[in-house]
Amino acid sequence: MAINWFKYSSPASFYSLAGKMIPVFVFVSVVLLVAGLYVGFFVAPTDFQQGEAYRIIFIHVPAAWMSMFLYVVMAFWAGIGLAFNTRLSSMLATAIAPTGAMFTFIALWTGALWGKPMWGTWWVWDARLTSELILFFLYIGFMSLQAAIDDPRRADKAGAIIALVGVINIPIIYFSVQWWNTLHQGASVSINQAPAMATTMLTGMLIMVLASWMYSIAVILKRTRVIILERESHTAWVAELQKKGAIL
Amino acid sequence: MFMWIIKRDLLLAMRRQSDVLTTLFFFIIVVSLFPLSVGPEMNMLRTMAPGVVWVAALLASMLSLGRMFANDYVDGTLEQMLLSPQSLSLLVLGKAFAHWLVTGVPLVLMAPVLGIQYDLPADALFVLTAALLLGTPVLSLIGAIGAALTLGLRGGGVLVSLLVLPLYIPVLIFGAGAVEANMAGMDFDAHLSLIGAFLLASIVLAPWAAAASLRVSLE
Repeated sequence: MAINWFKYSSPASFYSLAGKMIPVFVFVSVVLLVAGLYVGFFVAPTDFQQGEAYRIIFIHVPAAWMSMFLYVVMAFWAGIGLAFNTRLSSMLATAIAPTGAMFTFIALWTGALWGKPMWGTWWVWDARLTSELILFFLYIGFMSLQAAIDDPRRADKAGAIIALVGVINIPIIYFSVQWWNTLHQGASVSINQAPAMATTMLTGMLIMVLASWMYSIAVILKRTRVIILERESHTAWVAELQKKGAIL
Repeated sequence: MFMWIIKRDLLLAMRRQSDVLTTLFFFIIVVSLFPLSVGPEMNMLRTMAPGVVWVAALLASMLSLGRMFANDYVDGTLEQMLLSPQSLSLLVLGKAFAHWLVTGVPLVLMAPVLGIQYDLPADALFVLTAALLLGTPVLSLIGAIGAALTLGLRGGGVLVSLLVLPLYIPVLIFGAGAVEANMAGMDFDAHLSLIGAFLLASIVLAPWAAAASLRVSLE
């Protein structure tokens, strides 16, 4: 049985597929979120060094991972869209950017909240913090470039180029920042050696990572659906949906 | 073709010398503002100098990016260039090189004078100039991508800063780092080698990406 994978690269069929998938991902994400938070706040033991404050790790680490991962996924789909001229891939890339930027922001925010009780300061110019901040700038650049271009196809392609340039630059930026950081060791706090974690802590964190995954997929699919409707509003199938009252 | 585009862009720049001078004076003014804002304490100024000069060079180079393609775009020359059978990447490389000659080289020549304002020792001045000489072409090359992407957009000037400044960070780190290492009595060869590596990589990759961006912007 050969599955025609290309069937779902058409916005119309992807629209209905995504509509069926969203509730599943929302459900799984909520279940995992509740389970992860329960493990994180009630099951995992108190850290003997950091006290209760360490529990922010259950939000901070998944957010930081997602922020980096989503940029690569976004650049991948944007690149596919540029290379094969597939509209849906570019729409997906556009849909990923706000979620990625949100996770970057959460990672920075929770990092600051965590840093205050641990290191006594909201912000240090540590290599990880700095590269996360630069990643946030890259997301903002991608989104504002796309927002400034009125023609959606040009916006897709221009965004794809800047995303690919960014993805080539991320390792260079990361290692530059790391080197810069080792040169200016004086003021910074070393957070390089992660202390051994209790198994329940790790479990809680991994559940939260999975929950963030599911959440991202659900939100990105939803946003892609909206983008599809916006761009395909002139087509017959959207008009039909509208007539049936399926969309407002 | 490569030489032709450089000659043409230089000629155009010479006919409009005020543009070149504006960028240079912007650079000088920004660097001179810092002592006025943080106080004339020489020890502090000396430690700040490499960073201040580099940030000012970054901003000056970025502000002049708009001119790289904009005029040719407005009068239709750029479209003719895209239609020509010549390699577009080579053309972009030529334009970036001309941009560097017009904006980067004056900054490099001016930097030692500004370094004296900050009481930098002689060999630090030399390292600063060498680092700028290697680093400013990278700024023009990376900037070409941003300039090509924002061609003809509303608020292109502010937008280009959002796109390009994060990508300038490695050059800034190693450029300023070279001078700081020299002042701390350490080796600065590694810094300069890395900027050289950025330069080579951007000579290969940036014209190609900028040419693709031009095609997107003009399609």
